[in-house]
Amino acid sequence: MAVILNTKGLRKSFGAVTAAAGISIAVEEDSVVGLIGTNGAGKTTFVNMVTGYLKPDAGDIIFKDRDITELHPRDITRLGICRSFQIPQLYDSLSVFENLVIALGIRDRNVHGSVFSRTFKLVPAANPLVVAAAEQSMQRFGLLEYRERAARLLPEGVRKLLDIAMALISEPEVLILDEPTSGVSADEKFAIMDMVMDAVRSHGCTVMFVEHDMDIVTRYAPRVVAFYEGRILADGKAADVLSDEQVQSYVIGGLRALQTGASDISHA
Amino acid sequence: MTHTDKTPFVLLAALVVLLALGPFLPKSLFLLTMSLGKGLVVLGLVVLLRTGLVSFGQGLYYCVGAYAVGSLSQFASVKNAVLLLLAGTLVTAILATILGFLLANYRGIFFAMLTLALSMIVYGLLVKTSTLGSTDGFNVPPASLLGKVISGQSNQYPMFALACIVAFVAAVLTNSYLWTALGQLSSAIRDNEIRVEYMGASVRNAVHTKYVLAGALAGLGGAVTALAIGHIDPEMAYWTTSGEFVFVAILGGTGSVIAPFLGSIIFEFIRTYAYQYSPNTWQLVLGAALLLLIIFLPAGLWSVFARLRRRT
Amino acid sequence: MNEFLAVLMDGLIYSSWLFVIALGLTLIYGVMKILNMAHGSFYALGAYAAASMVGYWLNHGHAPMASYGILVLAAVLVGLIAGPLIERGLLRFMYGRDEMVLLLVTYALFLILEDVIKLIWGVDPYFIPEPYSLLGTMDIASLTYPYYSFILIGVAVLAGGAVALVLQYTRQGKLLLAVIHDREVSLAMGINVSRFYLVTFTVGTALAAIGGALTAPTVSVVPGMGVEVIVLAFAVVVIGGLGSLEGAALGALIVGLVRSAAVHYLPQVELFCIYSVMALVLIFRPKGLFAAAEVRKI
Repeated sequence: MAVILNTKGLRKSFGAVTAAAGISIAVEEDSVVGLIGTNGAGKTTFVNMVTGYLKPDAGDIIFKDRDITELHPRDITRLGICRSFQIPQLYDSLSVFENLVIALGIRDRNVHGSVFSRTFKLVPAANPLVVAAAEQSMQRFGLLEYRERAARLLPEGVRKLLDIAMALISEPEVLILDEPTSGVSADEKFAIMDMVMDAVRSHGCTVMFVEHDMDIVTRYAPRVVAFYEGRILADGKAADVLSDEQVQSYVIGGLRALQTGASDISHA
Repeated sequence: MTHTDKTPFVLLAALVVLLALGPFLPKSLFLLTMSLGKGLVVLGLVVLLRTGLVSFGQGLYYCVGAYAVGSLSQFASVKNAVLLLLAGTLVTAILATILGFLLANYRGIFFAMLTLALSMIVYGLLVKTSTLGSTDGFNVPPASLLGKVISGQSNQYPMFALACIVAFVAAVLTNSYLWTALGQLSSAIRDNEIRVEYMGASVRNAVHTKYVLAGALAGLGGAVTALAIGHIDPEMAYWTTSGEFVFVAILGGTGSVIAPFLGSIIFEFIRTYAYQYSPNTWQLVLGAALLLLIIFLPAGLWSVFARLRRRT
Repeated sequence: MNEFLAVLMDGLIYSSWLFVIALGLTLIYGVMKILNMAHGSFYALGAYAAASMVGYWLNHGHAPMASYGILVLAAVLVGLIAGPLIERGLLRFMYGRDEMVLLLVTYALFLILEDVIKLIWGVDPYFIPEPYSLLGTMDIASLTYPYYSFILIGVAVLAGGAVALVLQYTRQGKLLLAVIHDREVSLAMGINVSRFYLVTFTVGTALAAIGGALTAPTVSVVPGMGVEVIVLAFAVVVIGGLGSLEGAALGALIVGLVRSAAVHYLPQVELFCIYSVMALVLIFRPKGLFAAAEVRKI
């Protein structure tokens, strides 16, 4: 399979703290990769660098043979990499429907390219194509019953779903999810991940997700990359990485302590 | 978000009503014309307000637009009203584009105080410029349209009619802009800039554009006011003038392009009577009213209309 | 050489005046995250109160030398009365709302106070030149300076020093620094944030009032004298960085010297110069010279 996203030797320091000490990951097209590591290991810094929010001190990020290291988040989104956030980034005073419509409005403006896009000169929400796309997204993520509710009034799990829905609505080639099930109750987390992975599978997309929950990682990620103090500890098949000695003691050991009372690992 | 926007029709009806009633209200025409001019400034402010930005310096463009008209009329003998209005708008649009490069980097308090500071610089420059009359300013010669003199006359209807039409056109165009994808970005930017950037839009460009629009509208408003009053002075750029525009914007709310004009008319009428009655308490009343608005009606008076409408 | 000295001296005096006012403004912002648009009104209140009290004192034949104490007393009284009144009576209900809402609240307060001043003291000007002229003048090189101006410099140094010492070396001061850094965490740790807000606002308004009181003998006290103050104070605070005390000092120094130079060589561009310097600083340091580090958002 072709490599769609390749990071080479990414380095990033914040003063005395090294968040990334040479991260090299090659992601294959249409694959699903899980990124694990304790807090502060550098996972979110990595995501922030790949999506352009932070500039690495050294190293390159190549997306489909194009160097995207110096680009802005908005340019990287336009090129086809979208992300969801640890803390959902929504338009709080607007309804679920409006959140999605604005996302679509921006997407189509980028596709059609003009400042006063001719297709959407009047009322994007009145454009049947836009409405249909928004409805479809809401359907897929179980958001229809919250259509008119303001984003800030949504339950946490629903906020997460909306955040992911907005990332997917741009139909990206690479989707990066930052802790999609954090803050979500145990009985909801699988439902959410199932919804997300179904949506992803139906239109073909490469997925990377950052997770602390080992149940989620083992069920959905055939490949796992383990981070520790800004370095990659292990990178390979889920079963191999998770049973690796170093990963066990530095990463999962720490994570296991967080998940007291969690159910046994179910092997993918 | 409603799917069918009735605003252009409401505006058209308002225009017709105003033009029809005008001849029967000769004593109120001057006040109405000035209200429409100032309403244009407030309209620009509302565009910024929707994006979450409060400019305390729209007086800068209000003043520059007025001085552009005054200077062209007084020193270059340009008398065509439409030409003068266009010139005022163009000059302020260019100025707003230049200043926008600095201002588009700021939000919140910084944005508010920087705009205030810039308007005070212009005030300071004008006060010390004797060729433009220093603190006294100067008179604007009467302008004409289609061969007839329309401003500075005892018959104020022609100027009033021009103001109505100009306000109508500006309101309709601004309304259209607010309904485009770029216009709708306002609420998104106000709520979550990071998300907007991550969706692929440039927040900076959007803010810059809105600032230019607001500046141009304020310049047009200043131009209209200059012709209507026939006199301009640096006071137009003083930060308390800008503060009044902010008050009216908050009074009317950001719900509709009609609110700025209605709010402006109400404000001007109340101010005239308040000043006659008790000039030393006008600011007190204003301040108290602003506090009440902030506490009880954070979305402005228009939200009351909207709520009533939704119930019927 | 004399010209240069004059610019320097005038600059220093003006800087001191600016610093006393800006200190209060930046303190209030640093602790409460409120940009007090009514700061100039407290300055004016201080001036009016000073004018009234000194006028009363001198009219009743009391010792003129004590008028300096009266000036400060007037300002402190303004701070002690107006500060808590406004903080407890109005601002306290607005905490937690957007910083722009609070800005508008202080703007409304400014409007109200301007008229309150007119209602209490009328629109005619007040003059209390005695404290100013009493001390006489001294000569530096061939320039004449009133001793009174040096009081201003002294007060500025005293105020700045006092605040710095309190913040660094007293327990209360360190708690205040904690509140400045993070209100939520301070609350969680049991710090009585509400009391600190009250004290800060009172001190801030008292400082503005002191600025006004000390200025009163040098000008005619008229309505509207506080309006331009906020514009200048803001420039100083922005150059230095909102919430930074060293920034306020440096900003005051820069603005004072620039303004002094402008006034001596090209008076028309006074305000323009001050704001150009501010714009220049902002281009290179968007949040001011001593700005706080930004926390990561995502």
